[in-house]
Amino acid sequence: MLERLYKRRIAYILFTLLSLTVAGFLVIKAFRENLLFYFVPSDIKAGKAPINHTFRLGGLVEKGSVTKEGLTVYFTITDTHEKISVTYTGILPDLFREGHGVIVRGQMKDSNLFTAEEVLAKHNEKYAPPDMP
Amino acid sequence: MIKHYDSLKIFYPLAGRLMPWFGWAFALLGIFGLYWGLFLAPIDAVQGEAYRIMFVHVPSAWMSLMIYAVMTICAITILLRRSKIAEYWLLSSSSIGASFTFLTLVTGSLWGRPMWGTWWVWDARLTSELILLFVYLGIIALGNAIPEKRKAAQAVSMLTVVGSINLPIIKFSVDWWTTLHQPASIFRAGGSAIHPMMLTALLLMAASFTCYYFWLILWRVRIQIRENKQ
Repeated sequence: MLERLYKRRIAYILFTLLSLTVAGFLVIKAFRENLLFYFVPSDIKAGKAPINHTFRLGGLVEKGSVTKEGLTVYFTITDTHEKISVTYTGILPDLFREGHGVIVRGQMKDSNLFTAEEVLAKHNEKYAPPDMP
Repeated sequence: MIKHYDSLKIFYPLAGRLMPWFGWAFALLGIFGLYWGLFLAPIDAVQGEAYRIMFVHVPSAWMSLMIYAVMTICAITILLRRSKIAEYWLLSSSSIGASFTFLTLVTGSLWGRPMWGTWWVWDARLTSELILLFVYLGIIALGNAIPEKRKAAQAVSMLTVVGSINLPIIKFSVDWWTTLHQPASIFRAGGSAIHPMMLTALLLMAASFTCYYFWLILWRVRIQIRENKQ
């Protein structure tokens, strides 16, 4: 008797967990695009990014691409396949470095130049002292 | 076997005997971990000294998930069978979990401002961790809204099981979506990406926080046992 009650409860719980997983999976699938925090240069070249709206662009700051004119900075964001030129006027975060990850928010004002209103530096998962490679 | 250990008569003195061990381990590991993290671990090549906040941030984040996982086990136990210990454990855990989640969000924000250039962004990792805080707060509210302990535990159990869907989402959010938050550094393909000296401090702090949780939870469950006897 008790065994039976037990088994039924286990079945209920498993069923609940299973439905939750399925529901969660569907929600995640549905929101997949909207939950993306940023687009990469390849997305823009492929026409996936909303060109006339504000969106976020992420990638690596290409080495040797950073030039400064006063507070205005020009640099190139790359995902190693495609590149996008970016301009930004303002103070850059500490972690902004050539070769490091960055996420910029702004618009493609013309087809080749992304005008950023905000620059966020993205940290990678590596933690090491300066003398490490 | 399980029934045997579930008896409050065995649990109460056993918890009493274990408590000082967890308490002292928490304090000693914490002091040692902080010393290691603040003085022995080397400076980070990119972030400088500011990275050291991770010695609180990362273990807190782990705790926020671990406590919820333990609560889910308690919740399933309660839904399956009567267990006073699981009830007390579940109801007493939520506020500790909420505190660690809050600490995670605050320390992350303090680090994000100088490093990322922002206090907060609505990316998948940060948002799912914030949802966890609200789930914890919901559990606390529900637990306190029902005066009868057993009924409260039953209701909280269901909410806890439903909320557990958030755990894998938090963990894998950095892999499933593009986020501002960095991906996992330790449990990643290709091994840990953290210098061993930094990793040691991190693990010491994580061990300390875990002991803190068990110290506090045993204490709280014992109090509940005593209160309900009277």
